[in-house]
Amino acid sequence: MKFNRKDLLGMRELSREEIQLILDTAIPMKDVIKRDIKKVPTLRGKAMVTVFYENSTRTRTSFEIAGKYLSADTVNLAISSSSVQKGESLRDTIKTIEVMGFDLMVMRHSMSGTPQYVARNTSMSVINAGDGQHEHPTQALLDMYSIRESKGTLEGLKVAIVGDILHSRVARSNIYGLSKFGCEIRVVGPSTLIPPEVERMGVKAYYSMEQALRDVDVINVLRIQRERQEAGLFPSLDEYANMYMLSNRHLKYAKEDVLVLHPGPMNRGVEISSEVAEGSHSVINEQVTNGVAVRMALLFLMMGGSKDEIAG
Amino acid sequence: MGVRDKNTIMDEMAIKRALTRIAHEIIEKNKGVDNVVLIGIRRRGGPLAYRLAERIEAIEGINVPVGILDITLYRDDLTTLASQPLVHRTEVNFNINHKTIVLVDDVLYTGRTVRAAMDALMDLGRPKSIQLAVLVDRGHRELPIKADFIGKNVPTSKQENIAVLVQELDGDDKVIIQEIIGDS
Repeated sequence: MKFNRKDLLGMRELSREEIQLILDTAIPMKDVIKRDIKKVPTLRGKAMVTVFYENSTRTRTSFEIAGKYLSADTVNLAISSSSVQKGESLRDTIKTIEVMGFDLMVMRHSMSGTPQYVARNTSMSVINAGDGQHEHPTQALLDMYSIRESKGTLEGLKVAIVGDILHSRVARSNIYGLSKFGCEIRVVGPSTLIPPEVERMGVKAYYSMEQALRDVDVINVLRIQRERQEAGLFPSLDEYANMYMLSNRHLKYAKEDVLVLHPGPMNRGVEISSEVAEGSHSVINEQVTNGVAVRMALLFLMMGGSKDEIAG
Repeated sequence: MGVRDKNTIMDEMAIKRALTRIAHEIIEKNKGVDNVVLIGIRRRGGPLAYRLAERIEAIEGINVPVGILDITLYRDDLTTLASQPLVHRTEVNFNINHKTIVLVDDVLYTGRTVRAAMDALMDLGRPKSIQLAVLVDRGHRELPIKADFIGKNVPTSKQENIAVLVQELDGDDKVIIQEIIGDS
Protein backbone atom coordinates (compact mmCIF):
# COMPACT_ATOMS: atom_id res chain seq x y z
CA MET A 1 0.00 0.00 0.00
CA LYS A 2 1.31 3.36 -0.98
CA PHE A 3 0.05 6.82 -0.13
CA ASN A 4 -0.51 8.19 -3.57
CA ARG A 5 -1.76 11.69 -2.94
CA LYS A 6 -0.24 15.08 -3.59
CA ASP A 7 -2.61 16.70 -1.08
CA LEU A 8 -4.61 15.87 2.00
CA LEU A 9 -7.72 17.99 1.86
CA GLY A 10 -10.38 16.02 3.68
CA MET A 11 -11.39 12.72 5.24
CA ARG A 12 -14.20 12.34 2.76
CA GLU A 13 -11.92 11.33 -0.11
CA LEU A 14 -9.61 9.06 1.92
CA SER A 15 -10.11 5.33 1.63
CA ARG A 16 -10.21 3.04 4.63
CA GLU A 17 -6.85 1.60 3.53
CA GLU A 18 -5.24 5.03 3.31
CA ILE A 19 -6.49 5.91 6.78
CA GLN A 20 -5.11 2.64 8.10
CA LEU A 21 -1.73 3.29 6.50
CA ILE A 22 -1.54 6.74 8.11
CA LEU A 23 -2.51 5.39 11.55
CA ASP A 24 -0.08 2.45 11.26
CA THR A 25 2.76 4.75 10.26
CA ALA A 26 2.00 6.98 13.25
CA ILE A 27 2.81 4.16 15.70
CA PRO A 28 6.60 4.16 15.09
CA MET A 29 6.45 7.97 14.86
CA LYS A 30 5.08 8.11 18.39
CA ASP A 31 8.03 5.99 19.50
CA VAL A 32 10.37 8.64 18.07
CA ILE A 33 8.63 11.37 20.12
CA LYS A 34 9.19 9.37 23.30
CA ARG A 35 12.92 8.84 22.75
CA ASP A 36 15.70 10.91 24.30
CA ILE A 37 16.84 11.93 20.83
CA LYS A 38 13.63 13.06 19.19
CA LYS A 39 14.86 13.34 15.63
CA VAL A 40 15.19 11.15 12.57
CA PRO A 41 16.85 12.27 9.34
CA THR A 42 14.24 11.06 6.90
CA LEU A 43 12.98 14.45 5.60
CA ARG A 44 16.40 16.12 5.54
CA GLY A 45 16.44 18.59 2.66
CA LYS A 46 12.66 18.98 2.52
CA ALA A 47 10.97 22.25 3.39
CA MET A 48 7.48 22.95 4.65
CA VAL A 49 5.57 26.07 5.54
CA THR A 50 2.54 26.58 7.74
CA VAL A 51 0.16 29.28 6.54
CA PHE A 52 -2.64 30.01 8.99
CA TYR A 53 -5.23 32.62 8.14
CA GLU A 54 -7.03 31.73 11.37
CA ASN A 55 -5.68 31.59 14.89
CA SER A 56 -4.24 28.38 16.16
CA THR A 57 -1.61 27.34 18.62
CA ARG A 58 -1.80 23.61 18.96
CA THR A 59 -2.36 22.63 15.33
CA ARG A 60 0.32 24.96 13.98
CA THR A 61 2.83 24.04 16.68
CA SER A 62 2.03 20.38 16.21
CA PHE A 63 2.77 20.52 12.48
CA GLU A 64 5.90 22.54 13.08
CA ILE A 65 7.39 20.16 15.63
CA ALA A 66 6.31 17.13 13.58
CA GLY A 67 8.32 18.48 10.65
CA LYS A 68 11.30 19.22 12.88
CA TYR A 69 11.32 15.73 14.44
CA LEU A 70 11.63 14.40 10.88
CA SER A 71 14.42 16.89 10.00
CA ALA A 72 12.37 18.93 7.50
CA ASP A 73 13.00 22.66 7.50
CA THR A 74 9.89 24.30 8.88
CA VAL A 75 8.78 27.90 8.48
CA ASN A 76 5.70 29.59 9.89
CA LEU A 77 4.17 32.38 7.89
CA ALA A 78 2.59 34.88 10.25
CA ILE A 79 -0.27 36.28 8.24
CA SER A 80 -0.82 39.21 10.59
CA SER A 81 2.66 40.57 9.80
CA SER A 82 2.83 39.51 6.14
CA SER A 83 2.18 41.09 2.78
CA VAL A 84 -1.39 39.87 3.00
CA GLN A 85 -1.92 42.93 5.15
CA LYS A 86 -0.61 45.03 2.25
CA GLY A 87 -3.30 43.65 -0.01
CA GLU A 88 -1.49 40.75 -1.70
CA SER A 89 -3.88 38.21 -3.18
CA LEU A 90 -3.98 34.63 -1.93
CA ARG A 91 -2.81 33.37 -5.29
CA ASP A 92 0.22 35.64 -5.34
CA THR A 93 1.11 34.72 -1.76
CA ILE A 94 1.00 31.03 -2.64
CA LYS A 95 3.06 31.51 -5.80
CA THR A 96 5.69 33.43 -3.83
CA ILE A 97 5.95 30.65 -1.28
CA GLU A 98 6.11 28.01 -4.00
CA VAL A 99 9.03 29.58 -5.83
CA MET A 100 11.02 29.74 -2.60
CA GLY A 101 11.22 25.97 -2.97
CA PHE A 102 8.85 24.65 -0.35
CA ASP A 103 7.71 21.07 -0.84
CA LEU A 104 4.61 21.20 1.32
CA MET A 105 2.21 23.76 2.72
CA VAL A 106 -0.04 23.36 5.72
CA MET A 107 -2.97 25.68 5.43
CA ARG A 108 -5.81 26.89 7.61
CA HIS A 109 -8.41 29.32 6.32
CA SER A 110 -11.74 30.58 7.58
CA MET A 111 -13.33 30.06 4.18
CA SER A 112 -14.37 26.54 3.26
CA GLY A 113 -12.70 25.28 0.10
CA THR A 114 -9.62 27.52 0.22
CA PRO A 115 -7.05 24.69 0.59
CA GLN A 116 -8.74 22.91 -2.31
CA TYR A 117 -8.37 26.03 -4.46
CA VAL A 118 -4.74 26.43 -3.43
CA ALA A 119 -3.96 22.75 -4.08
CA ARG A 120 -5.21 23.07 -7.65
CA ASN A 121 -2.98 26.07 -8.24
CA THR A 122 0.36 24.95 -6.88
CA SER A 123 2.84 22.14 -7.34
CA MET A 124 3.42 22.01 -3.57
CA SER A 125 1.66 19.38 -1.52
CA VAL A 126 -1.14 20.92 0.53
CA ILE A 127 -2.47 19.72 3.87
CA ASN A 128 -5.75 21.18 5.04
CA ALA A 129 -5.40 22.18 8.68
CA GLY A 130 -9.01 23.34 8.86
CA ASP A 131 -11.11 25.20 6.30
CA GLY A 132 -14.14 27.08 7.55
CA GLN A 133 -16.91 24.74 8.60
CA HIS A 134 -15.85 22.10 6.11
CA GLU A 135 -13.06 19.72 7.17
CA HIS A 136 -10.15 19.33 9.59
CA PRO A 137 -8.74 15.98 8.51
CA THR A 138 -5.68 15.78 10.77
CA GLN A 139 -7.86 16.32 13.85
CA ALA A 140 -10.05 13.40 12.78
CA LEU A 141 -6.99 11.27 12.15
CA LEU A 142 -5.56 11.97 15.60
CA ASP A 143 -8.96 11.30 17.19
CA MET A 144 -9.12 7.99 15.33
CA TYR A 145 -5.56 7.15 16.36
CA SER A 146 -6.39 7.88 20.01
CA ILE A 147 -9.54 5.75 19.86
CA ARG A 148 -7.78 2.86 18.16
CA GLU A 149 -4.87 3.03 20.60
CA SER A 150 -7.20 2.73 23.61
CA LYS A 151 -9.84 0.39 22.20
CA GLY A 152 -7.58 -1.72 19.99
CA THR A 153 -9.91 -1.21 17.03
CA LEU A 154 -12.25 1.28 15.40
CA GLU A 155 -14.53 -1.36 13.99
CA GLY A 156 -18.16 -1.08 15.00
CA LEU A 157 -17.68 1.32 17.95
CA LYS A 158 -20.48 3.57 19.14
CA VAL A 159 -19.27 7.16 19.07
CA ALA A 160 -21.16 10.23 20.30
CA ILE A 161 -20.13 13.68 19.14
CA VAL A 162 -21.40 16.36 21.51
CA GLY A 163 -21.98 20.06 20.97
CA ASP A 164 -21.86 22.49 18.11
CA ILE A 165 -22.17 20.15 15.13
CA LEU A 166 -23.34 22.95 12.85
CA HIS A 167 -20.09 24.92 12.87
CA SER A 168 -17.75 22.03 13.42
CA ARG A 169 -15.27 20.88 10.81
CA VAL A 170 -13.95 18.47 13.44
CA ALA A 171 -17.35 16.77 13.60
CA ARG A 172 -17.62 16.56 9.84
CA SER A 173 -14.16 15.04 9.39
CA ASN A 174 -14.75 12.59 12.24
CA ILE A 175 -18.05 11.48 10.73
CA TYR A 176 -16.46 10.88 7.31
CA GLY A 177 -13.54 8.99 8.83
CA LEU A 178 -15.30 6.88 11.46
CA SER A 179 -18.13 5.85 9.18
CA LYS A 180 -15.56 4.09 6.96
CA PHE A 181 -14.92 1.73 9.88
CA GLY A 182 -18.53 0.83 10.52
CA CYS A 183 -18.87 2.99 13.62
CA GLU A 184 -22.33 3.92 14.86
CA ILE A 185 -22.12 7.70 15.07
CA ARG A 186 -24.48 9.85 17.09
CA VAL A 187 -24.50 13.62 17.30
CA VAL A 188 -26.07 15.45 20.22
CA GLY A 189 -26.65 19.09 21.07
CA PRO A 190 -29.29 21.82 20.99
CA SER A 191 -31.44 21.52 17.87
CA THR A 192 -30.21 24.91 16.66
CA LEU A 193 -26.65 23.51 16.52
CA ILE A 194 -27.55 20.28 14.72
CA PRO A 195 -27.90 20.86 10.98
CA PRO A 196 -31.03 19.10 9.67
CA GLU A 197 -29.09 17.46 6.83
CA VAL A 198 -26.64 15.75 9.21
CA GLU A 199 -28.58 12.49 9.19
CA ARG A 200 -27.87 12.21 5.48
CA MET A 201 -24.23 11.62 6.47
CA GLY A 202 -25.35 8.38 8.10
CA VAL A 203 -25.41 9.61 11.70
CA LYS A 204 -28.27 9.80 14.17
CA ALA A 205 -29.19 13.12 15.77
CA TYR A 206 -30.14 13.32 19.46
CA TYR A 207 -31.17 16.23 21.65
CA SER A 208 -30.90 14.50 25.00
CA MET A 209 -27.54 13.57 26.54
CA GLU A 210 -29.03 10.60 28.36
CA GLN A 211 -30.32 9.02 25.16
CA ALA A 212 -27.32 9.90 23.04
CA LEU A 213 -24.72 8.57 25.45
CA ARG A 214 -26.47 5.27 26.19
CA ASP A 215 -23.87 2.47 25.78
CA VAL A 216 -21.37 4.52 23.78
CA ASP A 217 -17.68 3.56 23.63
CA VAL A 218 -16.43 7.05 22.85
CA ILE A 219 -17.60 10.61 23.58
CA ASN A 220 -15.99 13.34 21.50
CA VAL A 221 -16.81 16.74 23.03
CA LEU A 222 -16.61 19.71 20.69
CA ARG A 223 -15.55 23.17 21.67
CA ILE A 224 -18.27 25.80 21.86
CA GLN A 225 -16.84 28.34 19.48
CA ARG A 226 -17.67 31.58 21.19
CA GLU A 227 -16.51 33.49 18.11
CA ARG A 228 -19.23 31.78 16.06
CA GLN A 229 -22.08 32.23 18.53
CA GLU A 230 -23.14 35.74 17.61
CA ALA A 231 -26.24 34.43 15.85
CA GLY A 232 -27.77 33.59 19.21
CA LEU A 233 -28.30 29.90 18.57
CA PHE A 234 -28.64 29.23 22.28
CA PRO A 235 -29.69 31.63 25.03
CA SER A 236 -26.47 31.71 27.07
CA LEU A 237 -23.38 29.71 27.88
CA ASP A 238 -24.86 28.89 31.30
CA GLU A 239 -27.96 27.49 29.70
CA TYR A 240 -25.89 25.45 27.32
CA ALA A 241 -23.76 24.12 30.17
CA ASN A 242 -26.83 23.12 32.16
CA MET A 243 -27.98 20.77 29.45
CA TYR A 244 -24.96 19.69 27.44
CA MET A 245 -21.82 20.12 29.52
CA LEU A 246 -20.29 16.64 29.82
CA SER A 247 -19.98 15.91 33.52
CA ASN A 248 -19.56 12.81 35.65
CA ARG A 249 -23.31 12.27 35.94
CA HIS A 250 -23.46 11.71 32.16
CA LEU A 251 -20.70 9.14 32.06
CA LYS A 252 -22.80 6.52 33.81
CA TYR A 253 -25.06 6.28 30.74
CA ALA A 254 -22.10 5.26 28.61
CA LYS A 255 -20.07 2.05 28.69
CA GLU A 256 -17.96 1.57 31.77
CA ASP A 257 -14.71 2.03 29.83
CA VAL A 258 -15.94 5.01 27.80
CA LEU A 259 -13.25 7.19 26.30
CA VAL A 260 -13.57 11.00 26.42
CA LEU A 261 -11.98 13.14 23.70
CA HIS A 262 -11.83 16.89 23.18
CA PRO A 263 -9.98 18.62 20.33
CA GLY A 264 -9.02 21.58 22.51
CA PRO A 265 -8.81 24.32 23.50
CA MET A 266 -11.31 23.51 26.25
CA ASN A 267 -13.88 25.83 27.72
CA ARG A 268 -14.02 24.20 31.13
CA GLY A 269 -17.44 24.58 32.67
CA VAL A 270 -19.08 25.16 29.29
CA GLU A 271 -18.87 22.00 27.17
CA ILE A 272 -16.89 19.84 29.60
CA SER A 273 -16.48 19.80 33.35
CA SER A 274 -13.03 19.90 34.87
CA GLU A 275 -13.54 16.60 36.66
CA VAL A 276 -14.26 14.82 33.37
CA ALA A 277 -11.40 16.56 31.59
CA GLU A 278 -8.99 15.44 34.31
CA GLY A 279 -10.71 12.13 34.96
CA SER A 280 -9.67 8.57 34.19
CA HIS A 281 -11.74 8.34 30.99
CA SER A 282 -10.12 11.38 29.42
CA VAL A 283 -7.36 11.03 26.81
CA ILE A 284 -7.32 14.74 26.04
CA ASN A 285 -3.61 15.20 26.73
CA GLU A 286 -2.69 12.00 24.92
CA GLN A 287 -4.57 13.34 21.89
CA VAL A 288 -2.06 16.19 21.66
CA THR A 289 0.90 13.78 21.57
CA ASN A 290 -0.94 11.59 19.09
CA GLY A 291 -1.54 14.65 16.93
CA VAL A 292 2.19 15.13 16.51
CA ALA A 293 2.65 11.43 15.67
CA VAL A 294 -0.15 11.43 13.09
CA ARG A 295 1.20 14.59 11.45
CA MET A 296 4.70 13.07 11.33
CA ALA A 297 3.20 10.07 9.57
CA LEU A 298 1.47 12.29 7.02
CA LEU A 299 4.50 14.44 6.36
CA PHE A 300 6.59 11.31 5.88
CA LEU A 301 4.05 9.74 3.54
CA MET A 302 3.61 12.93 1.52
CA MET A 303 7.20 14.20 1.34
CA GLY A 304 9.19 11.00 1.84
CA GLY A 305 8.54 9.43 -1.54
CA SER A 306 9.73 10.46 -4.95
CA LYS A 307 8.07 13.64 -6.11
CA ASP A 308 7.73 12.46 -9.71
CA GLU A 309 5.89 9.42 -8.52
CA ILE A 310 3.21 11.22 -6.61
CA ALA A 311 2.71 14.29 -8.79
CA GLY A 312 -0.76 14.77 -10.21
CA MET B 1 11.08 -6.93 -13.73
CA GLY B 2 11.15 -10.38 -12.16
CA VAL B 3 13.53 -12.92 -10.74
CA ARG B 4 14.30 -16.52 -11.60
CA ASP B 5 15.70 -18.95 -9.02
CA LYS B 6 19.14 -20.21 -10.04
CA ASN B 7 20.19 -22.41 -7.18
CA THR B 8 20.09 -22.94 -3.46
CA ILE B 9 23.37 -21.98 -1.85
CA MET B 10 22.45 -22.77 1.76
CA ASP B 11 19.89 -25.24 3.03
CA GLU B 12 18.42 -25.58 6.51
CA MET B 13 21.42 -27.52 7.86
CA ALA B 14 23.94 -25.12 6.38
CA ILE B 15 22.14 -22.14 7.95
CA LYS B 16 22.01 -23.94 11.30
CA ARG B 17 25.74 -24.71 11.24
CA ALA B 18 26.64 -21.17 10.16
CA LEU B 19 24.61 -19.63 13.00
CA THR B 20 26.13 -22.03 15.52
CA ARG B 21 29.62 -21.08 14.38
CA ILE B 22 28.80 -17.36 14.49
CA ALA B 23 27.44 -17.76 18.02
CA HIS B 24 30.77 -19.33 19.08
CA GLU B 25 32.72 -16.57 17.33
CA ILE B 26 30.72 -13.84 19.06
CA ILE B 27 31.47 -15.41 22.44
CA GLU B 28 35.14 -15.91 21.59
CA LYS B 29 35.74 -12.43 20.20
CA ASN B 30 34.08 -10.73 23.17
CA LYS B 31 35.52 -13.12 25.78
CA GLY B 32 32.04 -14.03 26.94
CA VAL B 33 28.80 -12.16 26.42
CA ASP B 34 28.40 -10.21 29.69
CA ASN B 35 28.18 -6.88 27.91
CA VAL B 36 26.82 -8.08 24.57
CA VAL B 37 23.39 -7.32 23.10
CA LEU B 38 22.03 -8.50 19.75
CA ILE B 39 20.06 -6.19 17.48
CA GLY B 40 18.48 -7.54 14.31
CA ILE B 41 17.70 -5.32 11.35
CA ARG B 42 14.11 -5.65 10.20
CA ARG B 43 12.94 -7.86 8.72
CA ARG B 44 15.07 -10.98 8.41
CA GLY B 45 17.78 -9.84 10.78
CA GLY B 46 15.21 -10.12 13.58
CA PRO B 47 14.64 -13.89 13.52
CA LEU B 48 18.35 -14.46 12.93
CA ALA B 49 19.22 -12.40 16.02
CA TYR B 50 16.80 -14.43 18.15
CA ARG B 51 18.33 -17.68 16.87
CA LEU B 52 21.84 -16.48 17.69
CA ALA B 53 20.64 -15.58 21.20
CA GLU B 54 19.25 -19.12 21.66
CA ARG B 55 22.56 -20.65 20.64
CA ILE B 56 24.57 -18.32 22.85
CA GLU B 57 22.34 -19.25 25.77
CA ALA B 58 22.82 -22.95 25.02
CA ILE B 59 26.59 -22.50 25.03
CA GLU B 60 27.16 -19.93 27.76
CA GLY B 61 23.98 -20.16 29.82
CA ILE B 62 23.50 -16.43 29.52
CA ASN B 63 20.36 -14.80 28.15
CA VAL B 64 21.51 -12.05 25.82
CA PRO B 65 19.03 -9.19 25.22
CA VAL B 66 17.65 -9.01 21.67
CA GLY B 67 16.23 -5.94 19.95
CA ILE B 68 14.77 -5.20 16.53
CA LEU B 69 15.76 -2.14 14.54
CA ASP B 70 13.62 -0.56 11.81
CA ILE B 71 15.85 1.60 9.64
CA THR B 72 13.26 3.05 7.24
CA LEU B 73 13.54 6.57 8.67
CA TYR B 74 17.34 6.45 8.23
CA ARG B 75 17.52 5.27 4.62
CA ASP B 76 19.34 7.41 2.08
CA ASP B 77 17.34 6.21 -0.91
CA LEU B 78 13.78 7.18 -0.01
CA THR B 79 13.51 9.78 -2.75
CA THR B 80 14.66 7.35 -5.44
CA LEU B 81 12.52 4.38 -4.49
CA ALA B 82 9.54 3.70 -6.71
CA SER B 83 7.38 2.59 -3.83
CA GLN B 84 7.49 3.84 -0.29
CA PRO B 85 8.53 1.30 2.32
CA LEU B 86 6.33 0.89 5.37
CA VAL B 87 7.67 2.27 8.61
CA HIS B 88 7.62 -0.24 11.44
CA ARG B 89 8.50 0.01 15.09
CA THR B 90 11.97 -0.23 16.50
CA GLU B 91 11.82 -2.54 19.49
CA VAL B 92 14.92 -2.05 21.59
CA ASN B 93 13.58 -2.22 25.13
CA PHE B 94 16.89 -1.96 26.92
CA ASN B 95 19.57 0.66 27.37
CA ILE B 96 22.35 0.36 24.78
CA ASN B 97 24.75 2.79 26.48
CA HIS B 98 28.22 1.23 26.97
CA LYS B 99 27.05 -2.06 25.43
CA THR B 100 28.78 -4.11 22.77
CA ILE B 101 26.14 -4.35 20.07
CA VAL B 102 26.18 -7.15 17.54
CA LEU B 103 24.10 -5.93 14.63
CA VAL B 104 22.52 -8.85 12.75
CA ASP B 105 21.30 -8.88 9.15
CA ASP B 106 20.67 -11.51 6.50
CA VAL B 107 22.68 -10.12 3.57
CA LEU B 108 25.55 -7.64 3.40
CA TYR B 109 25.65 -5.96 -0.02
CA THR B 110 26.27 -2.24 -0.61
CA GLY B 111 26.64 -1.47 3.09
CA ARG B 112 23.99 1.25 2.99
CA THR B 113 21.60 -0.63 5.25
CA VAL B 114 24.33 -1.04 7.85
CA ARG B 115 25.21 2.66 7.58
CA ALA B 116 21.55 3.53 8.23
CA ALA B 117 21.41 1.04 11.10
CA MET B 118 24.45 2.58 12.78
CA ASP B 119 22.91 6.06 12.53
CA ALA B 120 19.68 4.71 14.01
CA LEU B 121 21.60 3.11 16.90
CA MET B 122 23.45 6.33 17.68
CA ASP B 123 20.07 8.04 18.14
CA LEU B 124 19.14 5.40 20.72
CA GLY B 125 22.23 5.81 22.85
CA ARG B 126 26.00 5.54 22.93
CA PRO B 127 27.16 1.95 22.61
CA LYS B 128 30.73 0.97 23.52
CA SER B 129 31.17 -0.68 20.14
CA ILE B 130 29.18 -2.09 17.24
CA GLN B 131 30.00 -5.38 15.50
CA LEU B 132 28.30 -6.82 12.46
CA ALA B 133 27.07 -10.37 11.87
CA VAL B 134 25.55 -11.43 8.52
CA LEU B 135 24.40 -14.74 7.15
CA VAL B 136 25.62 -13.93 3.62
CA ASP B 137 28.23 -11.47 2.36
CA ARG B 138 27.71 -11.01 -1.37
CA GLY B 139 30.30 -8.27 -2.01
CA HIS B 140 29.84 -5.05 -4.06
CA ARG B 141 30.33 -2.68 -1.12
CA GLU B 142 29.71 1.01 -1.80
CA LEU B 143 30.76 2.18 1.68
CA PRO B 144 33.75 1.33 3.87
CA ILE B 145 31.94 -1.30 5.94
CA LYS B 146 32.89 -4.89 6.68
CA ALA B 147 31.33 -7.71 8.67
CA ASP B 148 32.89 -9.20 11.81
CA PHE B 149 30.98 -12.49 11.55
CA ILE B 150 30.00 -14.05 8.22
CA GLY B 151 27.93 -17.17 7.59
CA LYS B 152 28.97 -17.56 3.97
CA ASN B 153 30.83 -15.49 1.41
CA VAL B 154 29.01 -15.63 -1.91
CA PRO B 155 30.55 -14.00 -4.97
CA THR B 156 27.68 -12.54 -7.01
CA SER B 157 27.10 -10.29 -9.97
CA LYS B 158 24.88 -7.22 -9.69
CA GLN B 159 22.42 -8.92 -12.04
CA GLU B 160 21.77 -11.45 -9.31
CA ASN B 161 19.71 -11.30 -6.16
CA ILE B 162 20.23 -13.18 -2.91
CA ALA B 163 17.00 -14.26 -1.23
CA VAL B 164 17.21 -15.41 2.37
CA LEU B 165 14.17 -17.33 3.57
CA VAL B 166 13.60 -17.91 7.27
CA GLN B 167 11.14 -20.26 8.89
CA GLU B 168 9.59 -17.51 11.07
CA LEU B 169 8.60 -15.30 8.12
CA ASP B 170 8.75 -17.49 5.02
CA GLY B 171 7.99 -20.98 6.32
CA ASP B 172 11.29 -22.32 5.06
CA ASP B 173 15.02 -21.99 5.81
CA LYS B 174 17.22 -21.49 2.76
CA VAL B 175 19.34 -19.06 0.81
CA ILE B 176 18.70 -18.85 -2.92
CA ILE B 177 20.61 -17.10 -5.63
CA GLN B 178 18.29 -15.55 -8.19
CA GLU B 179 18.76 -14.01 -11.59
CA ILE B 180 17.10 -10.65 -12.19
CA ILE B 181 15.27 -10.80 -15.51
CA GLY B 182 13.36 -8.28 -17.60
CA ASP B 183 14.05 -4.69 -18.58
CA SER B 184 16.53 -3.42 -16.05
